[in-house]
Amino acid sequence: CATGINMQAAHWLAPRMTRQCGNDFQEELVIRPLHSGDIYASFQFRTVWETDFMRGNKVSHYRLFPKSLGQVISKFSVRELHISFTQGYWRTMQWGQPFQPSPPGAELWVWFQDSVTDVDGTWKELTNVLSGIFCASLNFIDSTNTVQPSASFKPLGIGNETDHRFLRYATLPREIVCTENLTPWKKLLPCGSKAGLAVLLKSEKLFHSSFHSQAVHIRPVCQDWQCKTTSWELRQTLNVVFDLHNSAQGKREWSLFKMFSRTLTEACPLASSSKIYIDITDNPQGEQFEVSPATPLLSQAVVLGDRRTFSVYDLTQQITFGTVRSLNLLIRWKSSEGDMLRPLLHAERYVAGYGLQTGEIHTLMYNNHPYRSFPVLLLDSVPWYLRLYIHTLTVTSKGKDNKPSYIHYQPSKDRLRPHLLEMLVQLPPNSVTEVTVQFERALLKWTEYTPDPNHGFYVGSSVISSLVPSIVAMDTNSTRERPLFSSFFPCKEESSYFVRVYTEPLLVNLPTPDFSMPYNVICLTCTVVAVGYGSLYNLLTRSFQIEEPSPGLAKRIANIIRKMRGVPPL
Amino acid sequence: MGLLSDPNRRRALISLLTRLNSPICVVCYMAGVAWFMGLAFEPFTLRTYMSENAMGSTMVEERFPAGERALTTGREFSAHKKKAGGMPVDWLVKTMQARGLEVFTQRFSRKLPFPDENKERYMVKGTNVYGILRAPRAPRTEALVLSAPCTPGDSNNQAVGLLLGLAQYFRNQIYWAKDIIFLVNEHDLIGMQAWLEGYHHTNTTGMDWSPLQGRGGSIQAALSLELSSDVITSMDLVLEGLNGQLPNLDLANLFYAFCQKIGVLCTIQGKLQRNDWDSVSGYSHSVQTMMLMVMKQASGRPWGDHGLFLRYHIEAASIKGINSFRQYKTDVTTIGRLLEGMYRKLNNLLERLHQSYFFYLMPSLSHFVSIGYYMPAFGLLAVILLLRALDLWVQLATPPPRTEDGITDKEQVSSPGVLSVLTPLVISHLTGVALYTLPIQFQEMAVEQFPVSETEAVVLTAIGVYTAGLALPHNTHRLLSGEGTEQGWRVLKLVAVLYLAVLLGCTALINFSLGFILALTLVPVAAFVTPHVPKVLSAFILVILSPACTLLFSVFFFQELQELPVSFQEGWLLYLSVISQGILDHFLYGSLVYPLIALLVYPCWLLFWNILFWK
Repeated sequence: CATGINMQAAHWLAPRMTRQCGNDFQEELVIRPLHSGDIYASFQFRTVWETDFMRGNKVSHYRLFPKSLGQVISKFSVRELHISFTQGYWRTMQWGQPFQPSPPGAELWVWFQDSVTDVDGTWKELTNVLSGIFCASLNFIDSTNTVQPSASFKPLGIGNETDHRFLRYATLPREIVCTENLTPWKKLLPCGSKAGLAVLLKSEKLFHSSFHSQAVHIRPVCQDWQCKTTSWELRQTLNVVFDLHNSAQGKREWSLFKMFSRTLTEACPLASSSKIYIDITDNPQGEQFEVSPATPLLSQAVVLGDRRTFSVYDLTQQITFGTVRSLNLLIRWKSSEGDMLRPLLHAERYVAGYGLQTGEIHTLMYNNHPYRSFPVLLLDSVPWYLRLYIHTLTVTSKGKDNKPSYIHYQPSKDRLRPHLLEMLVQLPPNSVTEVTVQFERALLKWTEYTPDPNHGFYVGSSVISSLVPSIVAMDTNSTRERPLFSSFFPCKEESSYFVRVYTEPLLVNLPTPDFSMPYNVICLTCTVVAVGYGSLYNLLTRSFQIEEPSPGLAKRIANIIRKMRGVPPL
Repeated sequence: MGLLSDPNRRRALISLLTRLNSPICVVCYMAGVAWFMGLAFEPFTLRTYMSENAMGSTMVEERFPAGERALTTGREFSAHKKKAGGMPVDWLVKTMQARGLEVFTQRFSRKLPFPDENKERYMVKGTNVYGILRAPRAPRTEALVLSAPCTPGDSNNQAVGLLLGLAQYFRNQIYWAKDIIFLVNEHDLIGMQAWLEGYHHTNTTGMDWSPLQGRGGSIQAALSLELSSDVITSMDLVLEGLNGQLPNLDLANLFYAFCQKIGVLCTIQGKLQRNDWDSVSGYSHSVQTMMLMVMKQASGRPWGDHGLFLRYHIEAASIKGINSFRQYKTDVTTIGRLLEGMYRKLNNLLERLHQSYFFYLMPSLSHFVSIGYYMPAFGLLAVILLLRALDLWVQLATPPPRTEDGITDKEQVSSPGVLSVLTPLVISHLTGVALYTLPIQFQEMAVEQFPVSETEAVVLTAIGVYTAGLALPHNTHRLLSGEGTEQGWRVLKLVAVLYLAVLLGCTALINFSLGFILALTLVPVAAFVTPHVPKVLSAFILVILSPACTLLFSVFFFQELQELPVSFQEGWLLYLSVISQGILDHFLYGSLVYPLIALLVYPCWLLFWNILFWK
C-alpha cells in the first residue's frame, strides 16, 4: 500500500489509482431536467474505508476518510449516523421523488452500538460535537425533541441489531441552512472544493435556488461479496433544485456555468470514479430538450421503481473535456412546462381550526396507484406544548374508517419529552387517507417562550415510510418490445421500492402574553390585588357595630357579682 | 377605603350619592358625549407611527413595471368572463399556470336562508381559483394572501388583471420568504368564506365546499384589492371586519406610509385628509370620518372581502380604487408598485403583526384614537347605570320611613318574591328567542298567506314580533304573586340596570362602537324609567330610544355622513334592507349583531318597558 510520502507523486504519475490503502472515493453528479422546467442536481461523494471502528478499535491513521467524523464514530460508538440540513421543501407534485428525501430544517438519526450503556448521555454529547463540526444549532436537540421510533427508521447498513433502544431521532424544523453549514461539509471531502465535482459547489449559486439539501450518511457496509469484514461508508450528498423562472432569466436553457458559475476541467485526482449522469428518460428522441455536448455512453438503472436512462460523462476520460479542456454541459428546453405530476405517494399536513385554544392536525396521504393498495408507516413527533387528544385520532379513507394495523403511541411529558405516534396504515388504491387528531395549546411559562413568540412554534414534519409498488411492475401493457419469456408473470424482483416522504412542518401559534411591559403589568396587578381586593374583601366580610364606651370599674365589678348571683348584668 | 369602613362617613357618602344622583348622572352623560366628540379633535389624538421593527426600518425598492400589461390582462379576463357568464375558471387556471404558480380550484355552494334582494342571489354556486407562488427555500409554513373578487358585470376586472400582473412579476423575484397566494374569489364574501373555511378546515356556517388541495401554511396577512377603472384618483383603505374586528393598526400604517412614499392620494372612509383641524369645517370633517368608522364598526358586518380573515387571526384590509377626485390621476403601474412595496415589507415580517393596536378609531389616516382614549367615553355612560343601581340598592336596603302613627307599611316590608322578578325576565327573553327564530321559520308560511316576497316576509315578521313584544301581558306576575309592589319594580329595575351594565360593558369590550351607540340610547332609558312618570310621553320616548329605532336613525345618520341624504321613503326601504342584511350576515358569516340584539339587548329593553307599565 502506498505511503503518505509518495501519495502526492502518485497523483501525478497514476491519477487513476484505485483502492489505496483500502480507501476508495467516488464522486458523481446526477442532473435531472424536471417536468416543471426546473433542474435538479444531485451530488454524491462516497468514501469507503476498510477499517473497523467497532469494539473500541483505536484508529489513528486517516487518509481519505475525514478524521473529525472517524473520531466521532469511535468515541461515541456510533453504528450508523444520518444527518441532513435542508432549506426549502421538496415539491413532490412538481418534481417527483427526490433521490434522498429530507425534511426542512435539520434531521439527525443515529443508531448506537449495543455496547453503549448510557444512550441518552452519549446522544447528548454527540449532538453537541456534531453541532460544532457542522456549525449548526444541533445542540438544541434535547429530550424534548428526541424520540425513539419503533419501526420507521431501520438501520441502512449491515447489522442485525434492531432494538430501538439504541436509536435516537430528532428534527429541528427551525434550522436555517446557509453557507456556514456548507463550508464544513465541503471540508470533509478528500479534494475539498479544489478539484473534481466539488468545484461546482459555490455557495452564492447553491443558495440562489428553490431547494437546497445537504446530508452526511455513515454506515457499515460489506467489504466484499462474502461479507466477512465490514467497511465504513461515508456518503455526502447535496441536492439542489434551480428555478427556471428565477435563474434562467426567461431563456429556457441550462448549463453548468449558468447553474454553478463554474465549468469542469478535471476529476478529483483521488477519485476512483467521477461521473456525470443526465436523466434523458423522458427525452428518448430529443423532443423535450437537447443536451450538448452529446455523449455516446448510456446507462440504464431502476431508480425509485422506474427504469431510467442516463447519458454518462466520465470525467476520468480526457476525451470528455474535448478540445477546450473544459466541460460545460448545456441543456436547452424545447417544450413548454407540463402540468402537475401525480406521484404514487405524496402527503401534506396542515393545522385546522381557529382561535388559540384548540386545533386539529390533519395529515393527508395520497395513494395515486390505480389498483394497488400498500401499507405506509406514519411517524409523528409533536412537541409537548401541543397536548394531543389521542382519543380523537381518526384515520379515514374514502369516507370510511381505516383501522391502523399497528399503533405505537408514547404520550408526552411536560417539558421532558414529545408525543410519538407511529402507525401502520393501509392506503387503498386511488384514495386519500386522512389522519386527524385534535390538540390543545398549552400555556408556557413566561421564560419558556422563544425570543419571537408571535412567530409561532414549529412542529416537525411527519415521516411517511413505505414500500411503493414500482412503476416498472405497474407496466402491464405488453405492447412494449421485449422478450416474451420475460413478460409472463407481472411481478418482478423490483416490484416495490422504498420511499420516504416528509410532510411540511407546521407553524402553530400559542397563546402569547404581551411581553412589551411585563414589569408594569406585574406591578399594576399586584397593586390592584393588594389594595383593591384586600380592602373590598375586608368591607364585605366585616360587620359593623356601634361600639359602646367601656363601662367603669365599679360597674364591671358589679356585673361580676351579678353574674355569680345569676342575675342579668347591668 | 378607610372612608367606607367608617359607618358615619359611609352614610354621608351614600346620602350624597343618592341625593345628587340625578345631577351626577346628567353630568356623566354630558361628559361622556363630550369626551367622545373630543376624540376627533386633532390635538387630542396621536399621530400614527410604525411599531413593527421588521417593517419600519427596512428599505425596499418598488420596480413593478407592467401596469399596461396588467390592464390588457384585465380586459382579456373581462372578455372571458363575459363568454363564460361568470368566473372564467379554465382561463384563470391556464393563465396562472403560465405565470409559474401552483394553481388549485375550490367549488362551493350555499343556499341562503332567504333570497338576498340586494345582490339578487339565493342558490349560490361558484368556484374560487387560487395560485400559490412558492417561496424559494421556504418550508411552506407562512403565507401572504392577495385576493381580488370576481364580481358580475364590468367592475373589478382591472383588479384581477393587476393581480395576475403582480403574480407574474413576483414569480421572477428571489427574495420571497413566505408563499404568496393569489386568490380570485367568486360571489365576494360567500366565496371568501368558503375559501377560508376550506383553508382552515372549519365549518361554522353550514356551507358546502370542496376541500382545498394546496396550502401555504399559516397566513400572516392578507389584502383584498378592488379596482374598477384603468386610472384612479385615490386609494381607499377599508378596515372594518366581521363583528367590528379591526386589523392591527400597523397594516394601516404600512398602507399610509407607502401612499406617502409613492405619492398616491389615500383616503379612509372615502374622505381625504385635511390639514385645517383648527377650523370648524376641518373638525367636522374628522368627526364625520370617525363617525363613519363608528357606524360601520357598529354594524358588525364585513365592509370588504378582507373582513372574514380577521376571525382567523389574519391581519387583513381591503384596498379600493376610487375614481372621483378629478384633478389627480394615478395609473395602474403605480398601484402595482404600492402593492409590491407592501408585500415586500410584509414578507420581511419575522412575527405576525402584533406590535401596534388592535382597538382603535381613525379620525383620519394619519391620526388614531387608541382604546385608552375612547374607553372613558363609554365608562362615563356606564357609570350612570352603576350609580342608579347604587341608588336603588340603598332605597331597597334602608327601612321605609315610619308613618306618623308609628306603624310601618306592611306591604312594603314584605320583600318581593323571586317570581315577580323572574317572570318578566323569562317572558322578555322568550320574546327575544321568538324574534331570533320566527322570521326564518315562518317565511314560507308568510309567503303563502300574504302577497310578499321571502325577504319582505322575513323582515316584516321580525318587525311584527318586535312590535308584538311591546303588547305582551307583562304583568303576569300579578297572577302569581298578587299586586305588583313598590319594592317589586325596584328589584326588577335593579336587576335590569345591572344586566344592562354587564351587557353593554361586554359589548363595548368587543365592539366599542356598537356598545357606545347602544349605551347612548339605552342608558337614559334605564336611568329615568319608573312606573310613576307620565305614561304616554315616557312610552313614546322609550320607543324612540329602543334598539329598532336606534337602527332607523343610524340608517339616516349614516346616509347623512356619506353625503347621500335620502328621503323618508327611501330611508324606510333602506332600513328594511339593512335588517334583512343583518339577518343574512348572521347566517352566512356568523355575525353576532343580530343575535345580540334579538336575544339580549331587546329583552333587556323590554324589562324597562315592563317597569314603565308596572301596576
